[in-house]
Amino acid sequence: MVAAQSMTAGAIASNFDTARPTVSKHLQILTECELLEQEQNGREISYHINAKKMKEVGDFIEPFRKMWDDRFNKLESVMKKYKSKK
Amino acid sequence: MERKTVIDAEVGKQDLVITREFDLPLELLFKAYEESEIVEQWMGTKVLKLENKRHGSYQFETTDPMGNKHRFNGTIHEFILNQKITRTFEIENSPFAVQLEFLEFVQLTDDTSKLTMHVIYKSVALRDQMLALPFAQGINMAHNRIQDIFNKLK
Repeated sequence: MVAAQSMTAGAIASNFDTARPTVSKHLQILTECELLEQEQNGREISYHINAKKMKEVGDFIEPFRKMWDDRFNKLESVMKKYKSKK
Repeated sequence: MERKTVIDAEVGKQDLVITREFDLPLELLFKAYEESEIVEQWMGTKVLKLENKRHGSYQFETTDPMGNKHRFNGTIHEFILNQKITRTFEIENSPFAVQLEFLEFVQLTDDTSKLTMHVIYKSVALRDQMLALPFAQGINMAHNRIQDIFNKLK
């Protein structure tokens, strides 16, 4: 949702079946983690996504994936050689 | 076609799923887990023990670029030829708790197959630590790759 546009806490909460304070708490945590950024518009605070930080979180898993990918690539090439030897 | 390895690790869960499609018939994919000398080749480890049977066990040993030896072991709970392996995995002398692994092998076509590895950790925090391990060891891994390339040039 917030990837497409900036949204106020109220607008975000209206999309969930959860109590408003719970949503506020989640927004606060996501903001503290810098995954969301706040923007003050008069009385309202709107939230938008911090794309750079989101990418860092994605990258955090990438070395783990790469480790398995390398391992499985090796398995595939070892077995292809094994097959051709037979 | 590039067959990429996919990691499915939902936030706040203590398990993850690794899936990979192989350009190999099912029997060949399974054989890569069955025979010690083949495991050694693709895992880059020394196989000290590999008893592929129900209630069997295994122990592997790797040597890092610094010459330190690391051992891994586990118990094999289920071993069904060309179908599945259920086993535990633990890193010896490490703070990480043992993990449970469900490996399922499926034939896609006569020449392709798929491996699904469901790994369950003791806690959410432990799973996240294991996920972060290669990230932290990124520099070491880069060294290993340089070493690999260097060895091939020799």
